[in-house]
Amino acid sequence: MSTQPILQVRDLKVHFDIKTSSLWPWAPSLALKAVDGVSLDLYPGETLGVVGESGCGKSTFARALIGLVKSRAGSIKWQGQELLELDHHGWREIRKDIQMIFQDPLASLNPRMTIGDIIAEPLRTFYPRLNKQEVTDKVKTMMMKVGLLPNVINRYPHEFSGGQCQRIGIARALILEPKLVICDEPVSALDVSIQAQVVNLLKSLQKEMGLSLIFIAHDLSVVKHISDRVMVMYLGNQVELGQGKALYADPKHPYTKALMSAVPIPDPDIERNKTIQLLEGDLPSPINPPSGCVFRTRCPIAVASCAEQRPTLQGEPRHAVACPRVA
Amino acid sequence: MSLLSIKNLEVHFSTPDGTVTAVNKLNFSLEAGQTLGIVGESGSGKSQTAFALMGLLAKNGKVSGEATFDGKSIVGLSEKELNRIRSEKIAMIFQDPMTSLNPYMRVGEQLMEVLMLHKGMTKADAFEESVRMLDAVKMPEARKRMKMFPHEFSGGMRQRVMIAMALLCRPQLLIADEPTTALDVTVQAQIMTLLSELQRDFNTAIIMITHDLGVVAGICDKVLVMYAGRTMEYGSARDIFYRPSHPYTQGLLSAIPRLDSDDMAALPTIPGNPPNLLKLPQGCPFQDRCQHVSDICRYSEPELITTSDQRQRACHWLAEEQA
Repeated sequence: MSTQPILQVRDLKVHFDIKTSSLWPWAPSLALKAVDGVSLDLYPGETLGVVGESGCGKSTFARALIGLVKSRAGSIKWQGQELLELDHHGWREIRKDIQMIFQDPLASLNPRMTIGDIIAEPLRTFYPRLNKQEVTDKVKTMMMKVGLLPNVINRYPHEFSGGQCQRIGIARALILEPKLVICDEPVSALDVSIQAQVVNLLKSLQKEMGLSLIFIAHDLSVVKHISDRVMVMYLGNQVELGQGKALYADPKHPYTKALMSAVPIPDPDIERNKTIQLLEGDLPSPINPPSGCVFRTRCPIAVASCAEQRPTLQGEPRHAVACPRVA
Repeated sequence: MSLLSIKNLEVHFSTPDGTVTAVNKLNFSLEAGQTLGIVGESGSGKSQTAFALMGLLAKNGKVSGEATFDGKSIVGLSEKELNRIRSEKIAMIFQDPMTSLNPYMRVGEQLMEVLMLHKGMTKADAFEESVRMLDAVKMPEARKRMKMFPHEFSGGMRQRVMIAMALLCRPQLLIADEPTTALDVTVQAQIMTLLSELQRDFNTAIIMITHDLGVVAGICDKVLVMYAGRTMEYGSARDIFYRPSHPYTQGLLSAIPRLDSDDMAALPTIPGNPPNLLKLPQGCPFQDRCQHVSDICRYSEPELITTSDQRQRACHWLAEEQA
């Protein structure tokens, strides 16, 4: 692994303005803090898993990285180039290198295009000089790579099952030979047996093409299986970031601990005898998050001082945690 | 005598493309206070089994076979007779807690309606009983929440309302159709803990329909593995998890990455896709994806054979040794 990160994110913030129903037009609008200060480095060939529950900002974070939502503050450096200063055309060039795979395999494919056209679209956009034959050849090669038979090139998305549609989505993302692929819940809509096929496919393509992956999922077991490093998010904040093995073997943050203990294990003896650390209450609103540490309202070890200062990631890069009480 | 016993249950749908057999020759029984897990992938017929028992099939669906609940047959009952059984004897929780609550009605009214309709309670009694039940499912500030609308609740809280509603009449059987699939893991853990506590307190039998084998491992006494509408394997949870004997069960168990394993090698997979129920192959429905497939699987569909200790299995592979 090279020592130079290809992607450097510093203190990234994505806030959405919420219209207030105030009588006064000059009343300040509220901000929903979807991502509130995330920093990380991504190295070539590495897989970074991002886990957290619904509403923790993991998908917004992914979308901000590729410019699908506007970031409020912070910095994203791609191979040394600052992305947040780019205009529309600048972003377009970057997307040759950064591609995305979406959660819903069928909804992310245009139902009126044949799968050949869907997979070829990025090529036609970025390399308009390629002639028809070259495009078809590249598409067919890519289809073989993701395990689709080239003779289905003229069929439409509805003729395929969920797992096959996800393969089409993967082919579309990889045809430009990007350096980084952001996978937003790529397997959560799939059945168990199909999920394993897609995870294996992503892993083998990553090896073959030297890709970096950002793998977002709420399923901690899948993330553990595929990731080199893992980031845990809660309410727009990163609470723990570390090497997969270290983090899973010894989760430090009280939220990570609760999250891990809640994952059911398919083994009756283990599952029935384990202690689950149940979290009290519900996720607070991201419009009005708790002061200081955002987890303190549900934290079993919170003290008064947790309300004062927002904790940042501390500890060695191998395994850092945003909680002064356990770091 | 079992609380629920199912014999040769079949569900057929007539569609423009032909008849689809969504559930084929299902056999199982359930004792009071026990939990049965039905696992399978999408389209395996697990939800249709539940809908058939509750009389909730779509209009083009037909049930055949026997289903005896508490000594009485519940297949082919009229709507009126079904309404007496539903909710009072058998209740159901659905996957999506948002779409199964009425968005225009306050949560309290929806709960009280059940009691007033089925138990003939007065409004005041129904209110108090509903509050007690919301307390039982650990809803904070239950009294205040009675006046709220479903959209004011989080997903986990809505599912608690659904569970409270299902348990209001103290049913003997609770059918839970993917009750935690739409929820986060920490909320799932809360709901599963709640369900097993309630089961202990009320001695309710539960049919847990899920695709999550981890959930099954936590709560179920018996497990039914379905594929293409058929039983592949049926037995105690320990047998299914520690001694799976059907290639499909074995494949399923090894295809899930586990949190308690450090194995980073490629996952063993079940190749191919689930079959189209309209165009099932001759013989075993699993033949194209099975690693132990042999000639006999291509032309003869394996019979469901009951082996020792109440275990059922439909597979030609090793059938002689197991019998």
